[in-house]
Amino acid sequence: MSEITEVPHGDLLVMLRHAPHGGLWLREALDLALVGAAFGQSVSLLLMGDGVWALLQGQGPGPLGQKGSHSTFEMLEMYDIERLYIDSDSLEERGLIRDDLLLPVIEVPTSELSTVLAGHRQIFNF
Amino acid sequence: MRYALLVLGGPYSDQAAHSALRFAHAAIARGHSVDTVFFYHDGVHNAAHLAAPPQDEPHLVDAWRDLQRMHGTALQVCVAAALRRGLLDAREAERHGKSGASLEPPFELTGLGQLLDISQTHERLITFAP
Repeated sequence: MSEITEVPHGDLLVMLRHAPHGGLWLREALDLALVGAAFGQSVSLLLMGDGVWALLQGQGPGPLGQKGSHSTFEMLEMYDIERLYIDSDSLEERGLIRDDLLLPVIEVPTSELSTVLAGHRQIFNF
Repeated sequence: MRYALLVLGGPYSDQAAHSALRFAHAAIARGHSVDTVFFYHDGVHNAAHLAAPPQDEPHLVDAWRDLQRMHGTALQVCVAAALRRGLLDAREAERHGKSGASLEPPFELTGLGQLLDISQTHERLITFAP
């Protein structure tokens, strides 16, 4: 069931579709979200597909010596990025539940993602 | 229509850059303009001045340069994404103590704020990703 309680809206929607650690997709997507927020835009994130792994609790930067992205997620609130939409079907397909995640999210089934996309003026798809 | 393109895929290893170039030429042929191309993520490799593909293959870096020369398209490259991938203009090369530059005009290093600006000042921003 969808947890959308208000019509999604914002200037910028950054879609995260890649798992963390394997590449720079997540890191560089979050960089854009932070710059958008720093420029005073209203920014939302949408995690779907393997992108849902980004919020899995208990991750560390690990042996690759990369910074990891959890510290960035923890900073989002400071940047007023408070709407984290997540594709609930993607979560379920990967055997994950809300309690596995680092931050509070708004669960949206795949069939209703179009509502989230339609509510934003500009979409960046990573 | 005034278009801007966002290229996220590297040359040759992904189709994204080929598709973006073909889109640019098709749009221009139909009377639209492609005012800006922004390179981010692995797309910054499209600006590699030292790229030397075999002569019987399309030269993507030159193709971008031609687009700028013939149609005035601005070629902007995210500086943070470029630096960590070894793409430095003369100024950055000097600042980081490197022996040579790997990015030259008409490509220009700029910030992510510019990408957000482009999304507001052009009528459409189309993303080409792997």
